[in-house]
Amino acid sequence: MKAVKAVEAVRAAKAIRTPGGLSVRVDPRAVLAVLLLLAVALGVAVVLVGSGDFPMAPGEVVATLLGDGTAAQEFIVHDVRLPRVLVALLVGAALAVGGALFQSIARNPLGSPDVLGFAQGSSVGALTVIVLFGGGSFATAGGAMAGGLATGAAVYLLAWKRGVHGYRLVLVGIGIAAMLAGAIHYLVTKADLVDATRAVLWMTGSLDGRDWSHFWPLLAVTAVLIPLSLAYGRPLRMLEMGDDAAYALGIRVERTRAVLTGSAVLLTAVATAAAGPIVFVALSAPQLARRLTRSPGPNVAASAVMGAALLVVADWVATSAFGDRRLPVGVVTGVLGGVYLLWLLVTERKAGRI
Amino acid sequence: MLVDSPPEQSADRTAAASAPEPVRRHALRAAGLLLAVGVLALVCVASIAIGAKPVPVSDVWHGLFQNSGTGSDVVIRDLRVPRTVLGLLVGVALGLSGAVMQALTRNPLAEPGLLGVNAGASAAVVTAISFFGVTSISGYVWFALLGAGVVSVVVYLLGGSRGATPVRLALAGTAATAALFGYVNAVQLLDSAALNRLRFWTVGSLASADPATIGKVAPFLAAGVVLALLIVRPLNAMEMGDDTARALGAHINRTRVLAMAAVTLLCGAATAACGPIVFIGLMVPHLVRAVTGPDMRWILPYAAVLAPVLLLGSDVVGRMVARPSELQVGVVTAFIGGPVFIHLVRRKRMAQL
Repeated sequence: MKAVKAVEAVRAAKAIRTPGGLSVRVDPRAVLAVLLLLAVALGVAVVLVGSGDFPMAPGEVVATLLGDGTAAQEFIVHDVRLPRVLVALLVGAALAVGGALFQSIARNPLGSPDVLGFAQGSSVGALTVIVLFGGGSFATAGGAMAGGLATGAAVYLLAWKRGVHGYRLVLVGIGIAAMLAGAIHYLVTKADLVDATRAVLWMTGSLDGRDWSHFWPLLAVTAVLIPLSLAYGRPLRMLEMGDDAAYALGIRVERTRAVLTGSAVLLTAVATAAAGPIVFVALSAPQLARRLTRSPGPNVAASAVMGAALLVVADWVATSAFGDRRLPVGVVTGVLGGVYLLWLLVTERKAGRI
Repeated sequence: MLVDSPPEQSADRTAAASAPEPVRRHALRAAGLLLAVGVLALVCVASIAIGAKPVPVSDVWHGLFQNSGTGSDVVIRDLRVPRTVLGLLVGVALGLSGAVMQALTRNPLAEPGLLGVNAGASAAVVTAISFFGVTSISGYVWFALLGAGVVSVVVYLLGGSRGATPVRLALAGTAATAALFGYVNAVQLLDSAALNRLRFWTVGSLASADPATIGKVAPFLAAGVVLALLIVRPLNAMEMGDDTARALGAHINRTRVLAMAAVTLLCGAATAACGPIVFIGLMVPHLVRAVTGPDMRWILPYAAVLAPVLLLGSDVVGRMVARPSELQVGVVTAFIGGPVFIHLVRRKRMAQL
């Protein structure tokens, strides 16, 4: 069944041949999906920049961005809201690409960083800083980064046994995640109530107070790693067919897997350091993207724009849908993502696909 | 029906007759089970004796059976005994529910936490605290049971009840968990009093055990244990796949419903009493299966004995390492369980169910 679909998808793809003999395969549906999602992400981003205590129409926002705003508008857009929205876009894209890579490598739709203990690792790092050292937001981000990377490395090394098998990777990740969850709960009980609230806020994932200093490191990492992941899209697609088939097709399996695992871990780490472990984007964005493009393989580009769109939409809902109470974005991604996946399970079941 | 079904037990008899060797294996397994019970008794004594105020083992006996009102007798009667009893009950519940769940879903990853039961209980408890002003642990019980029950049924139905595959079930559980924890976090952030209560419950601790709580959860646990033991045979048949099970005369749907009811009762009550304790339900059945093989008739008793050994042992360790304060049992089980589990995963191919 899956193979038939894959063949259909390949047939649907068109090849563009240039006079010079170059040929590029283009899947029109995937291209359309990417463009559409990009439009949604940017559109909602503009709306998001315009909403808040100082509301601005989308037209005004665009004008301000182009340099035609009043001084007040310039200040609000450039110093307050734009960095936050840009961080949201990049965090969404980074999480989604990280998730897409993880899911392809583990060959399991559950193989997202959330399940592999990554979020827990970052949380332990951040909570250690918040609870034991009383550190500020930058120290927290650093702690999260260190915790996440250490966890990623530990999971990979522990799952290593003449190569990393996807199933073992997931199981080791679950083991590590459960251990770290114990540490998290312990740290939360040790904290006083103010720190505990900060810790829960951080663990939920929030974009409040993010400024340019959060944006630049995020941009630097994603600007390198997302193109790298895109370039590895083909080997990754081969890898999804199983190690033996991939070897036979000339893929350096372990190297590909090491590079992509590393880049997935780094992407997730910087995203988590910037905004906390926002759940479900990494899990749901690649699945949504795959369903929109209907093409097999990791769909890295579509996942990236899907993640960005998801996160800005979620942030918009979180900040505007509950009246005066501005919830952190992680609450919305959690509830929306969970409900979406439940709906997906129902419809897929009716269609008899899974 | 064109053909009459054969009498029910004939399959068993022929199996026993054609294989004399299992008799010795059964004797070995029974001896192992006795040994495990002995270890459990030792751990119970240790759990009563060790703590912020150490009690000599001779006084343990004294305190249990001749209450003379001395300091250590009061400690034993009011603190240590309820704590040990609760640990025992919760351990049995978690071990059995993990074994039943793994058999039911034929999924080695099945664990109450993974299938959303803990999240359901947490969401119900946070609702109770924040919106209904419930403050006592014995008040949480009903909510936790309700939450665990509703969520486990929803996850099971969404996972595809009849044709549930492991991946689908796990996906449904993950989805429910994520959605519910979004809600839990939102409530906690909007109501810091709820956060303050819930954080001590979420960690998983036996420290607040008292007779009232035990009395509340014991009936549910007992019902769950009985249910779990009643469906051993059909579960055995179902481990071979639905078609084979049906051919062997198991009522598949009835078994599934009963198994879900047992898991809900056991997990819901255990979680209500002492918070979500991860890992025991996942790990103990794996350990047990390595000893007993895939026969549920042995897995369940072993799990019921070894899970409390692990739980109470962890609790004792938690009391010893951080004196005079203590490490909650949920933290200790996680840190003991994690490495053991990873070792199991690495050592060999995981038992495919």
